[in-house]
Amino acid sequence: MDADAFSVEAAGVRQHESAWRRLRRNWSVRIGGSVLVLLVAIALAAPLLGTVDPTLFDAGSRDLRPGMTGQITTLDGDTIPHRFLMGSDSFGRDIYSRVIYGARVSLSVGLLVALLALAFGISAGLGAGYLRWLDGVLMRFMDGLMAIPGILVAIALVALWRGSLTTVVIAIAIPEIPRVTRLVRSLVLSIREEPYVEAAVSLGTPTWKIMFGHILPNTIAPLIVQGTYICASAILLESILSFLGVGLPPDIPTWGNIMAEGRVQFNEYPHNVFFPGLFLAVTVLAVNILGDGLRDTLDPKMARRV
Amino acid sequence: MYKFIARRLLSTIPVLVIVAVLVFLLLRLTPGDPAAILAGDAASRDQIAQIRISLGLDKPIIVQFGIWVSHILRGDLGESFYFKIKVTDLIAQRLEPTLALASFTLVIAVLVSVPLGVIAAWRFGGWFDRALMGFSVLGFSIPVFVLAYILIWIVSLKLGWLPVQGYKRIGDGFWPFLRHLILPSITLSVIYIALIARVTRASMIEALGEDYIRTARAKGLPESRVLIAHALANAAVPIVTVIGIGVALLIGGVVVTESVYAIPGLGRLTVDAVLARDFPTIQGVILFFSFVYVVVNLLIDLSYVIFDPRIRY
Repeated sequence: MDADAFSVEAAGVRQHESAWRRLRRNWSVRIGGSVLVLLVAIALAAPLLGTVDPTLFDAGSRDLRPGMTGQITTLDGDTIPHRFLMGSDSFGRDIYSRVIYGARVSLSVGLLVALLALAFGISAGLGAGYLRWLDGVLMRFMDGLMAIPGILVAIALVALWRGSLTTVVIAIAIPEIPRVTRLVRSLVLSIREEPYVEAAVSLGTPTWKIMFGHILPNTIAPLIVQGTYICASAILLESILSFLGVGLPPDIPTWGNIMAEGRVQFNEYPHNVFFPGLFLAVTVLAVNILGDGLRDTLDPKMARRV
Repeated sequence: MYKFIARRLLSTIPVLVIVAVLVFLLLRLTPGDPAAILAGDAASRDQIAQIRISLGLDKPIIVQFGIWVSHILRGDLGESFYFKIKVTDLIAQRLEPTLALASFTLVIAVLVSVPLGVIAAWRFGGWFDRALMGFSVLGFSIPVFVLAYILIWIVSLKLGWLPVQGYKRIGDGFWPFLRHLILPSITLSVIYIALIARVTRASMIEALGEDYIRTARAKGLPESRVLIAHALANAAVPIVTVIGIGVALLIGGVVVTESVYAIPGLGRLTVDAVLARDFPTIQGVILFFSFVYVVVNLLIDLSYVIFDPRIRY
């Protein structure tokens, strides 16, 4: 952008404004974004929404149907009356509170995995696209990693490391890295042929400055879109791992864990499975719809391809 | 053409080598003694020592990798300490249900998604097209196990049409075999349908914009012939490609679906092995699934020669 400061920068500002306005006018962004904002608000405000500590239980309140009233025992030993909006599980824990607190886990896993996969993918992709000696080795490595179905990589890693928030996030992020790397690499390969990069090279700009100052800013739009999709699939995969019993430990209320505990008595008490399942499906749907909207507005080239 | 086939065959070798390296490193980069992990929690000191010798764990890591690969190439994936049999035998035992489930799903998915995608592209922008795109986003978003429970609840528990779970071998009669596979296959096919329909639609929209379609219509060919013989035939390569890429989704889905429907296949074996921390089996299953995935995509790449005779590498 240094080469043609006046017109290019002016155009850049205008493009930036119109991108923001296009975003706000896009219905997918509006719907997906609003649902997601609502879910984030619910997750943040969990203690204020009439919930109890999601690990509290009472033997007298086992297997209540949604809407029934029972009691719950606090950590101090007091027994307080409590209305079970979504019923209770076989320990007498409040499904509503567990589902609301589960939103915190799912949303943070989605966000963290997307950030981690993007950080590693961007570094590897910039390296492969800009440093020719690295390209062959790194991309063959990524091809190999992509040949192993992602869920198996994640399952095996969590099994080896034992489940915790950190290990689950890393294990889900690793199989996502090759896709980001490929995307960044292909973007870099096309951007490096642009006149403004050639101009920068011929002015003697150092390689690192070209990579981070000239090439990286132009990969941001497709990466935001990709990051949204990664977030959706990470939320799904975390719940699958928990559901299969190989994710976060069962004492942490995640949607997958709640469903795993509820499946045993699914025939009689389907609410244990359906409420967390509903929240999970709506969350992933919202993130995916937001991703489609972002793709259509920020990355029109990709929108035409898919 | 033979040159292309030979080159494509050779190009899978580095991928398989990297897969082997990654699976190998999975265990070596984990804190703890690999021999103790492989032998399981209940192993005696002698058993651990024996594994240490057979894997050459006292030798440099490159040599260890060589020993490990030579075992695999001879068809020796080690012994499962949880099931007490050879991992290769274990995989062979569990192959039938998974193969049946995956083939059923594949057939359902292709038969449903390709016509849907073709119609959506034909009526591009119409209500059918928009409905299909909506369904496709939904299909990507609804978790396999949530869908499984919704179907079990409606079809098996409320209507009582199909068994809730379980598996019958094909040797026990074709109808019981089929009845137990219908729900799992439908469950698993939804995400696959969403994926293939999307790509079919995109590929068909592009093909329908070509000049030869206008020519075919101008010749007065019936619309069905224009769509199938002219447009779909030319749109086939991306569709076939995505079917191959989708096999990864299918493998992931098999793991979940088999667990929900209690089908004793490879997916269930994976979960059981992980819960028992049975590492010889985990390694074996990962290698097997990855090998299948790579080979399927190799065959699909080779099939381009048939689908698109213009392709000459």
